[in-house]
Amino acid sequence: MMKKTVSLLFTTLLGCVLAVSAQAQLVVEIDDGTDNPTPVAVVPFDWSGSGVLAEDVASIVSSDLRRSGLIAPIPRTDMLSFPKTPEEVSFRDWRILGAEYVVTGRIQPQASGYLLSFDLVNIFGQRKVFTKQVTGGAQQLRDIAHRAADEIFEAITGIRGAFGTQMVYVQETQRGGQPSYALMLSDIDGARARQIRRFSAPVMSPSWSPNGQEVAYVSFETGRPAIFRENLRSGARQQLTNFKGLNSSPTWSPDGSKLAMVLSKDGNPEIYVLDLATGRFTRMTRHFSIDTEPNWMPDGKSLVFTSDRGGKPQIYQLTLATGQVDRLTFDGDYNARPRVSPDGKTLVMVHRSRGVFTIATMDIVSGRMRVLTETRLDESPSIAPNGAMLMYATKRGSKGILAAVSLDAGVKYSLPSQQGNVREPAWSPYFD
Amino acid sequence: MFKSVKTGLGLACVLAVMAGCSSTDTEDTGNAMVDTTPPPVVEETPVQEVAVPLDNVVYFDFDQSLLKPSTRELLIKHADRMRAATTGTVRLEGHADELGTREYNLALGERRANAVRDFLVLQGVNAANLEVISYGEERPAQEGSSESARAMNRRVVIN
Repeated sequence: MMKKTVSLLFTTLLGCVLAVSAQAQLVVEIDDGTDNPTPVAVVPFDWSGSGVLAEDVASIVSSDLRRSGLIAPIPRTDMLSFPKTPEEVSFRDWRILGAEYVVTGRIQPQASGYLLSFDLVNIFGQRKVFTKQVTGGAQQLRDIAHRAADEIFEAITGIRGAFGTQMVYVQETQRGGQPSYALMLSDIDGARARQIRRFSAPVMSPSWSPNGQEVAYVSFETGRPAIFRENLRSGARQQLTNFKGLNSSPTWSPDGSKLAMVLSKDGNPEIYVLDLATGRFTRMTRHFSIDTEPNWMPDGKSLVFTSDRGGKPQIYQLTLATGQVDRLTFDGDYNARPRVSPDGKTLVMVHRSRGVFTIATMDIVSGRMRVLTETRLDESPSIAPNGAMLMYATKRGSKGILAAVSLDAGVKYSLPSQQGNVREPAWSPYFD
Repeated sequence: MFKSVKTGLGLACVLAVMAGCSSTDTEDTGNAMVDTTPPPVVEETPVQEVAVPLDNVVYFDFDQSLLKPSTRELLIKHADRMRAATTGTVRLEGHADELGTREYNLALGERRANAVRDFLVLQGVNAANLEVISYGEERPAQEGSSESARAMNRRVVIN
């Protein structure tokens, strides 16, 4: 079998820049899974170094796979043995437990970190599927685990894993009786949450650059809304707009060269595109209604956006070359904040159904709409780069929490914050 | 049904004029209709020397930016004081409730603050002294998801 070593250099850099804030973490609670998840046993990994490892790597792999909803990890307490290698796997024992796959692994210390060798064994087929290796620095045990989970997930489901991705979100807490706002960055499982920047005025609408190195967002720190871009590695920051009125909803074009945004300097909200190289703003809409929440189609040739030009908020598509605007949604009286799946076939949006705000998908070709969530006050959907799941913001009691749902609605989990209200999750792109 | 901004403005104009005419206030509201020439800086009765503070928040219906009749009465009083004041910029802060998306609500908050601004300008207030800013749903006056909390949050604050 082919061996593969994955470098985790990028995340090392990111980890160095940002301080970890332990109490800010989000905790995963699985709410719902698919009907027939594949049973997989991730056996505790062997550690050949001294002392105890800071993280239980096999357990992180197991949690990742479980969160996908497509895989049902077998509890460690049910395991009859802890094989270290594929050769030690007793097919009969694992068949009794109903395991379709077993994962074994060995972690070795290296000069500046760790090497994980892990194997995927098919129990029914009685054969080893692969052995792979991942290396990482001393602080990267979680990254190593997520990479291993990505490989295992893709081998079993055929879907590229996104366990090594991250998210940016907004956290609001009370400090000395005043609201305090923070732009947060965490792993996609909510772990290792760290503060990018703290604000005493509201911050909103974080959006990733397609290379995963920057975020754009709206901050009220100057006394009015303004759009900023910030480099997550260096912390370098630039204010991009300071127009009279709204400066909102920045989203990066797929090639990273432009930002779509909303400006109301002409009197009412219009969609603009900023060319980041030249600094030139191009007005894209001309209508006296509210035009807002632009998002790019994957080919970069058109934008989808929200407009109430028909009387109620609905989603429209704007072809950039011609300026032609076509209405996309007709189902319901409130459809807003569209995001497009990576394959460009599905729209996700905030949809009001019987007075309740939910997250819905729409097949762009057929126009068929499907409500995905049953929570309330759902908003800000953000799709994973593999198009399998989306993260969104909702309320539990009076608390703002994050939750995730698969695009087929089969899998659901939530990520309540241990501190304050969290909202506006933005799922990162892949980092490679 | 939602009116377009233009229609809304037109309506606001008509209503403003109507409100001005039908007002039985003892104060001089006649110049509310003189919207082409700015009101002369006359040293009229400085009656508001020990002014009772006016309520500085006006409220709106869901997804609406049309001014309610009670709001127009209050804004006429504000306009009278603003015309009398010689300095200072007034901030009109538009807000929305938690229903609906954040970015759309930011636009809705601005539309509400603009409706208040346009009405005040019709009452003779100098537009240059009015600054509009929207916070959308980012700064609720009242936390919670009850209808009364939401009604308190759909507002424009005159500062």
